[in-house]
Amino acid sequence: MSIKIEKLSHIYAEGTAFEKKALDDVNLELPDGQFIGIIGHTGSGKSTLIQHLNGLLKGTSGTIYYNGEDIYQEGYDMRALRSNVGLVFQYPEHQLFEIDVFTDVCFGPKNQGLPQEEVEARAKEALAQVGISEEYYTKSPFELSGGQKRRVAIAGILAMHPKVLILDEPTAGLDPRGRDEILDQIAWLHETRKITVVLVSHSMEDVARYVERIIVMNKGKVLYDGAPRDVFQHYKELEKIGLAAPQVTYVVKALEAARWDIDTHATTVEEARDAILQALEKRI
Amino acid sequence: MIRDITLGQYYPADSVIHRLDPRVKLGGTILFIISLFLYRSFAVYAVAALFLAIVIRISKVPFKFMTRGLKSIMMLLMITVVFNLFLTPGTVVFQIWKLKITEEGIRQSLFMAIRLVFLILGSTIMTLTTTPNNLTDGIEKALRPLNKLHVPVHDVAMTMSIALRFIPILMEETDKIMKAQMARGADFDSGGLIQKAKSLVPLLVPLFISAFRRANDLAMAMEARGYRGGDGRTKMKPLIYKKRDYIAYGILFGYLGIVILTGVFVKI
Repeated sequence: MSIKIEKLSHIYAEGTAFEKKALDDVNLELPDGQFIGIIGHTGSGKSTLIQHLNGLLKGTSGTIYYNGEDIYQEGYDMRALRSNVGLVFQYPEHQLFEIDVFTDVCFGPKNQGLPQEEVEARAKEALAQVGISEEYYTKSPFELSGGQKRRVAIAGILAMHPKVLILDEPTAGLDPRGRDEILDQIAWLHETRKITVVLVSHSMEDVARYVERIIVMNKGKVLYDGAPRDVFQHYKELEKIGLAAPQVTYVVKALEAARWDIDTHATTVEEARDAILQALEKRI
Repeated sequence: MIRDITLGQYYPADSVIHRLDPRVKLGGTILFIISLFLYRSFAVYAVAALFLAIVIRISKVPFKFMTRGLKSIMMLLMITVVFNLFLTPGTVVFQIWKLKITEEGIRQSLFMAIRLVFLILGSTIMTLTTTPNNLTDGIEKALRPLNKLHVPVHDVAMTMSIALRFIPILMEETDKIMKAQMARGADFDSGGLIQKAKSLVPLLVPLFISAFRRANDLAMAMEARGYRGGDGRTKMKPLIYKKRDYIAYGILFGYLGIVILTGVFVKI
């Protein structure tokens, strides 16, 4: 059970003045149960890449295998793929349209052709998982706050019980508290449901804190692919493409430059704390 | 599918046509359209075709961009041709049951087809080589005399430029919402007419909301920057005729002269 991307390229508006190569020979394997972060500058191709994973975009060349099956083959069931690979777009609250929160979350499972009771049970479960209580069920989606709307929109995808959950910048435009709440809930879902989570983000701190693997995209290509502690070792190269490492990486690197004997792999505040304490012990 | 609409789709290229004053291009388009309706003569259409071909060549816009605009009028074109073909009275050339094809009918439908195609091509060149902003600037300046008749020229021009500016944005937005709903299992293609109309609700509701939100934001941003209508407003890039614009006018009237001469003296 995995997604395998082979030699995938995507060219927008091929053969016109606006031609743009958004993906260039991407090869990746996303095994089950991983928590993956995709980072990259605006226009690096990360949003284009994730739209291929559930077949919304078709590659100009290359193939994608879901559980070993070529999704571009004749007669492949795209709708089944889309319910297995749930994609939450950037600003997902812009897709809300129903008269109340509950009906909106029901939209996805209803499209899957499930019986009414099952649809409602799933909607309730999904709303509970994103922390929306019952008093909101009958409210119009437009009465909610920004963070609540976004959680309702995420519930709309969760209710479809995807095996892979892809989120495009789920925290864009949220305040720090809303951001932490959403990311914690996603991490919790990953833990309890054992689903694969792909998180597209701008924030190195977020990515470093939650994911176990980082894919760095630049100009349509995969630049780095590995554990956060290894990827962020390339912080100088990351800066060149408009990204950065978490702030604590800079701290430990600066200490190393000041001739401290310190482990520079720290990517979260806690790891940095431990590394500094260890280094201090050595100094004494 | 949505991307096929060429209206208001500027094609960036570096050509003399692109650099011309928008008023010249507007005037030129109108003049070209008039020239199409002056005479019913194949000789005149040959002149127009030549002129069109030269302009397209100079504009450096690939020809396939021009023809995209034609797709949308294909239906209209077919209907026009068929009706003219069968319903024009005259010498019968061919008859099936009660349907008669007359010599005049063939002539008439050919004229109509050529006119329609040239008309679309002519105006497509203008929209492909002129940015929407430039175009409305041109319209505003060209229609300024109407201000004296209390026609709100500036307001109309501003509304038009905003509307044009929003076409690509809303198209992109439609694409995004459509994909987002497809990710939730929405199906926009199958089913009967009523089913299809129903399936558009998840697309249209968010689209309208986003359009209103954008309109609100834009109005706010314009007021924050002190916009209070056209009175006393100056331009950063005022439109001033340059030498090439006068030459272009000269060429345009030269073309009209040739059309009239051909129309009067060549009888085909």
